[in-house]
Amino acid sequence: MDWLRDARVVEPANEDEVSAALRSADQDGLAVIPRGGGTKLDWGNPPSRADVILSTAKLHRVLEHAWADLTVTVEAGCTVADLQRTLAQHGQRLAIDVLWPERATIGGILSTNDSGALRLAYGSLRDLVIGITLVLADGTIARSGGKVVKNVAGYDLPKLATGAMGTLGVITQATFRLHPLPRNARTLTIAAGNPEIAQTLLLTMEAATLAHTALQVRFGANAEPQMDILLEGTEAGIASQEERVRELAGAAVVTEAAADVWKAREKVAESSAVAKISVLPSHIAKTIERQAKACPTAVVQATGIGWVALDAGLMDLRAQVESDGGSLVILRGRCTDAWGDPGDALPLMRAVKHQLDPKGTLNPGRFVGGI
Amino acid sequence: MPVPPSLTPEILREFRSIVGERALLSAPDELRTYECDGLTNFRVIPGAVLLPASTEEVQGIARLCHRERIPFVARGAGTGLSGGALPVVNGIVISLARMNRILEVDLPNQRVVVEPGVINVDVTNRVAHAGYFYAPDPSSQTVCSIGGNVAENSGGAHCLKYGFTTTHVLALEVVLPDGTLVHLGKKTLDAPGYDLAGVFVGSEGTLGIATKITLRVVKRPECIQTLLAAFPSTNEAGAAVSGIIAAGMLPAAIEMMDNLAIQAAEAAVHPHYPDCGGLLLVELDGPEAEVRTLAAHLDEICRSHGAWEIRVAQTETERALFWKGRKAAFASVGRISPNYIVQDGVIPRTALPEILREIESLGAASGLRVANVFHAGDGNLHPLVMYDRRIAGQEQAAEALSLRILELCIEKGGSITGEHGVGEDKKYMLAKMFSEPDLDTMQRVRCAFDPLLLSNPTKIFPRPRMCGEQPGEYVPHPLETAGVAERF
Repeated sequence: MDWLRDARVVEPANEDEVSAALRSADQDGLAVIPRGGGTKLDWGNPPSRADVILSTAKLHRVLEHAWADLTVTVEAGCTVADLQRTLAQHGQRLAIDVLWPERATIGGILSTNDSGALRLAYGSLRDLVIGITLVLADGTIARSGGKVVKNVAGYDLPKLATGAMGTLGVITQATFRLHPLPRNARTLTIAAGNPEIAQTLLLTMEAATLAHTALQVRFGANAEPQMDILLEGTEAGIASQEERVRELAGAAVVTEAAADVWKAREKVAESSAVAKISVLPSHIAKTIERQAKACPTAVVQATGIGWVALDAGLMDLRAQVESDGGSLVILRGRCTDAWGDPGDALPLMRAVKHQLDPKGTLNPGRFVGGI
Repeated sequence: MPVPPSLTPEILREFRSIVGERALLSAPDELRTYECDGLTNFRVIPGAVLLPASTEEVQGIARLCHRERIPFVARGAGTGLSGGALPVVNGIVISLARMNRILEVDLPNQRVVVEPGVINVDVTNRVAHAGYFYAPDPSSQTVCSIGGNVAENSGGAHCLKYGFTTTHVLALEVVLPDGTLVHLGKKTLDAPGYDLAGVFVGSEGTLGIATKITLRVVKRPECIQTLLAAFPSTNEAGAAVSGIIAAGMLPAAIEMMDNLAIQAAEAAVHPHYPDCGGLLLVELDGPEAEVRTLAAHLDEICRSHGAWEIRVAQTETERALFWKGRKAAFASVGRISPNYIVQDGVIPRTALPEILREIESLGAASGLRVANVFHAGDGNLHPLVMYDRRIAGQEQAAEALSLRILELCIEKGGSITGEHGVGEDKKYMLAKMFSEPDLDTMQRVRCAFDPLLLSNPTKIFPRPRMCGEQPGEYVPHPLETAGVAERF
């Protein structure tokens, strides 16, 4: 990331310092790149300008774990792992399994909208974040949402900031709804033969009255697809569901697996060329089979979101996925545009950007359509 | 009522050419039907009501409104409780009632595409045969529309576990206030770009009009168990709720009613609730073995917090009866009081005992009774402030008490609305919950969607913010001339 080299790093110690740093950069026409743990700085297009790196390293406190209300308010620079350790003291968690939790920060996962396989049961960050503080390029400190799970007062700006790649403002703190840690958990792996069988099994499991909390299929070069299912809850509940999974799997071999199969996505995401795809759940096999010759390594979840490592042909795959109504975002690898087609709402997105960051101070050029 | 200045016969003729003769209402007696929504204390007769039948017609109406600077208010079934569909003076109402087709059902992918006028419960009815349901279930679900649910981000009793409307909306086709058609979100998840669908849901009609909505439907769980637990008072019932959460359970719903609410429900729909000080209605769902284990645990928790009677619904009919009393609670209060205000506030759930005590003493001080119905799991309160309009001063006292309850919610770190919206009713309260810069930032987002401030322009914000840049000649906005808004 050559563009990082000449940038000056600032580490504000509180919200007011973030506001002051942004205001002064904005006035001086300097481009600001917000940074949390730095694990996903290469995601998106390289910024067209980068003068100041605004690090959230000093904003790392868990401000309030209201465990009896199942909420937490945390500063943006806190790592996900640190937050989870705090929450676990009261038997709770932020129900999301992100990439590189020891280094990834709250601000970073929100801005990149990272999510893992638990999304099937608990939703993605947009469903878990209930309040946010956003500092705009002109220094405005704007709070939206709140500290209660149910709240429809004012616009839902926590969702606007989620996945905005830091182009609208710098997130300084967020409030989340929490879930209890599961009493027990078990992962089952089904040897799925080929992509077609995996596809059928996936739709069968999704249409059944199971209450699994995650489901993924691992595709590998010259290997049979492996489907992982996570069951959480009481021992009795898990046992009866395991029985049901074995029934539904029919002739396919079902084995109990170690929990680290859920780290498979991380391995794919660490490849030198990798994309995040989003397709309809019923289109998973056909998407993978199109690339059969290239033998991609991929992890695709029941929601239709997947990570594909592929040295060549990502642009072809994008064209196919988009023509089926899906999307493909290149996270790492050579490309002219990481994002693909943002659709007919692009002018509206530009208008939103223009309203909140008229000078293009924050992460210029990094997001869709040159935003 | 005279035709407002902006709606000349020429303009009415032009509107008519878009929607057809019969889909434009302009006779005073027809317009009166649209003067208010479910919140009847605000009334404005609109200049005209249009009932478009297609996206193209909605676009045509919006373009004309844009050209002539006519403010418009979109309306679903008119069941809203915050005045969100209250017409704007000089403006038109666009009713989406005729756009009521279910366009696509894709069960393998658990998606349903609907027009905005589709009734909430009809989505479930369409997919129930295959064991699916549409999760957001506001109490008005048999009459309210999906378009209205999108505008308000409606909740319901089961959102504790399943989430709100926004959780279940994947994509929207939207007519912007200048008539442009845009697609927000996709049938697939995480579409590249800003999550504008997330911003649109719950924007109370201020950002445009949704003409097509892609919903997620959910598989009905294998087993549902519904129980009623009778406690001496709401204090014990509240403590039991804390116990349930602390035990790591996430029931599908936890509802609470106090004695007055129980009496009202009993008088109206006879659910045969136990006559007690605090009643919990708890629903567990999931795989049968899981539910059975948790139900035993739930029983213990309730008893250890003083429940003297626990009833488990044995049949689907009995379950429906348990819910009937709760869902009819607002309307039932009419049986025990001539007039009442339905309030909607949120507190952190742990503040429940405290706020109940305060509401009780406020009620006693003003000589008014307050019935309480809560979504107890998520701290969403619906105090029902009862009064008699015929007694001098009672209405004002009831309004004051109702507003004071909202202030208490803010003081406790909660919100002024959990599901009914800000609308016309609470726009001045919004300034007590958010600072000027917070509200200003929201309005900057609004300016991106609606720079001329035409779409439901007088709602949500205490002071509508005119947007900086205006294309073409300066035309004073009706709100500006009326002194309601100012230009920045």
